[in-house]
Amino acid sequence: MLEIKNLHARIAEDGTEILRGIDLKVNAGEVHAVMGPNGSGKSTLSYILAGKEDYEVTEGEIIFHGENLLDMEPDERAAAGVFLAFQYPIEIPGVATMEFLKTAMNAQRKARGQAELTIPDFMKLVRAKAADLNVTMDMLKRPLNVGFSGGEKKRAEILQMSLLEPSLCVLDETDSGLDIDALRIVSEGVNKLRSPERAMIVITHYQRLLDHIVPDVVHVLSKGKIVKTGGKELALELEKNGYADYVGEAA
Amino acid sequence: MNAPTPINHTQAEAGLVARFDAVRPSLAGSIAVTALRDAAAEQIKATGLPHRRVEEYKYTDLRAFMKSAAPLAAPATSAEAKSVLDGFESYGALDRYRIVIANGTFNADLSDVDALAAEGVTVTDFNDGLAGENGSELLATPKMAGQDGTLALNTAFVQGGVVISVKDGADVSKPVELVQVAVGEGAQVSRNRIVVAKGATFKLLETFAGDTGAGETNVVFDYDVADGAKLAATRLMAGKAEGAKLFTTLARIGADAEFKALGFLAGPAFARNQQFISFTGENSEAKIYGVTMARDRDLADQTLIVDHAVPHCNSREFFKTVLDDEARGVYQGRINVAPHAQKTDGEMMTQALLLGEGAEMANKPELEIFADDVLCAHGATCGEMDADLLFYLRARGIPEAEARTLLVLAFLSEAIEEFDEDTVTEELGARVRAWLAA
Ligand SMILES: Nc1ncnc2c1ncn2[C@@H]1O[C@H](COP(=O)(O)OP(=O)(O)O)[C@@H](O)[C@H]1O
Ligand SMILES: [Mg+2]
Repeated sequence: MLEIKNLHARIAEDGTEILRGIDLKVNAGEVHAVMGPNGSGKSTLSYILAGKEDYEVTEGEIIFHGENLLDMEPDERAAAGVFLAFQYPIEIPGVATMEFLKTAMNAQRKARGQAELTIPDFMKLVRAKAADLNVTMDMLKRPLNVGFSGGEKKRAEILQMSLLEPSLCVLDETDSGLDIDALRIVSEGVNKLRSPERAMIVITHYQRLLDHIVPDVVHVLSKGKIVKTGGKELALELEKNGYADYVGEAA
Repeated sequence: MNAPTPINHTQAEAGLVARFDAVRPSLAGSIAVTALRDAAAEQIKATGLPHRRVEEYKYTDLRAFMKSAAPLAAPATSAEAKSVLDGFESYGALDRYRIVIANGTFNADLSDVDALAAEGVTVTDFNDGLAGENGSELLATPKMAGQDGTLALNTAFVQGGVVISVKDGADVSKPVELVQVAVGEGAQVSRNRIVVAKGATFKLLETFAGDTGAGETNVVFDYDVADGAKLAATRLMAGKAEGAKLFTTLARIGADAEFKALGFLAGPAFARNQQFISFTGENSEAKIYGVTMARDRDLADQTLIVDHAVPHCNSREFFKTVLDDEARGVYQGRINVAPHAQKTDGEMMTQALLLGEGAEMANKPELEIFADDVLCAHGATCGEMDADLLFYLRARGIPEAEARTLLVLAFLSEAIEEFDEDTVTEELGARVRAWLAA
């Protein structure tokens, strides 16, 4: 489904190189965990997948469903099935959450040539999925993410993900800022979306999320490169020994 | 005061002087009113149109903008006015009463005079008032307006308008649309006195229909909000317009009263919405909002003075401006607090969003405080659209143009929502969308 080949990228503004040759292949149905120390480029990778303009790809390519992802606008990528759950979801005052959800769902449907959702259908969907994720009606009545706690923001991201039903879910440190209960709710929400047609890239700094969302493959990212790939036991090893071994290797 | 230096008239100024001489005999009013008109015309003749060296018009050079003086619009028939109204969309299906001013004069035929009378609202011709004993009182201007050129133009040329009186305690069941209709091209000059008596509640929708061509539109809305009364006024000027749009609010707010106003400007080449608001009684509140959009090389100006002349009053001023292309926006807001006006609470904020690289905003919020026990604040921001917000929306599949629309709407909605008038919220949102789509 997704193939990243020799991806090099730098910060557009000052030319600082962040990603230095990433190769990553993700098949439908798989869950890949990307782990690594702070500053290794995990968020940068997720932003480049989503199409943020702050970064410039200097080498390599990304093929998604047989298409060149880097040629697509962020909204086109979303409609094609890419979803990024942000590490830091931002507050958007003045944009009502429900209005936003409806606009986003219908925009993607339109891009895919599907009819718009009727209001009752839309409401039904949101109610059911919001209940699963413990997202209250009060939260949905507020402007997007405004006044949400850290955990509420993360739950709202996963709500968006489950409504938009992407084929590639990229979760950037969705576990950060979550207490144990919230972690369980969010993980259940994510696990519900696991399916043979869907792939996931779960970015995390800690192993604990991977107890809940069990990955098929684990990669270690260090200094902009994948320095080790293994099974889920790799995460456990990292938990025990830390990143020190790998940070050294990449240098 | 220095005697004004004689000026070389621009073509528009010479035209205005000639226009005054031509129409003077036909303009309404008592001898005292005519004297006021003459004095105002004399002021224009002596000092010209307001221009950039007049402090209050520093950014809004009417003299440079007006190339000529179009004649005053000729009287229109009811049938003519009706046909313009039929093609005019203001508040859609909103249940409301209507009062019509056509080419500057009151049209009773097209106005809901009887239905309003049944609700305790009398509507009379401004010109009848001008002809009466106290006619000149209808043209009174507050001291804080000084020698304002827009007001002088209005006083000299005012063709008519209405006096709306809402009786004590009346709670008018529907909003009233006061619509200025232009039939054919020509300048439109009207003045309207709105008196909301003790304890009454009134909602006014000010709209503008038809095309005045190069002729200027100069309308004064003069509000008397009595003790315990509530007035909410929404001024909606939307759509392209070639001639200058000049609006003036004069408001006096009694004790325990509430005055809310929102001025919406989107489209004219040159628009100024100026407001002179004073508290005359204690424990009252004024909430003044502005929603301004301009593009091309257009100019939109929101200017106001809120005079806290008495203690214990609150005022809120919240203005939002969106500018594209090489448009210019102006906000000049001043809160005056008199020496004895203790416990004044004033909070002024002006925020601009620049969409075009050549767009410019002049933000001038000011406080003039002479009392010591007050709570007053002001702020001003000016910036471009936040790239991170835009990216977030696009990352959810919302195409760029739609994402921008959402964000502009969100930016302007803050003022529309705080204004909190259910009857207009949706329509104003639709106007923002229409402006963005144009
Ligand atoms: N837009 C940006 N501007 C400046 N520096 C950036 C930007 N994005 C990332 N960086 C830098 O790139 C490096 C990698 O960041 P990031 O991808 O956020 O790492 P991680 O998510 O693994 O912690 C860090 O040193 C970070 O400071
Ligand atoms: Mg990160």
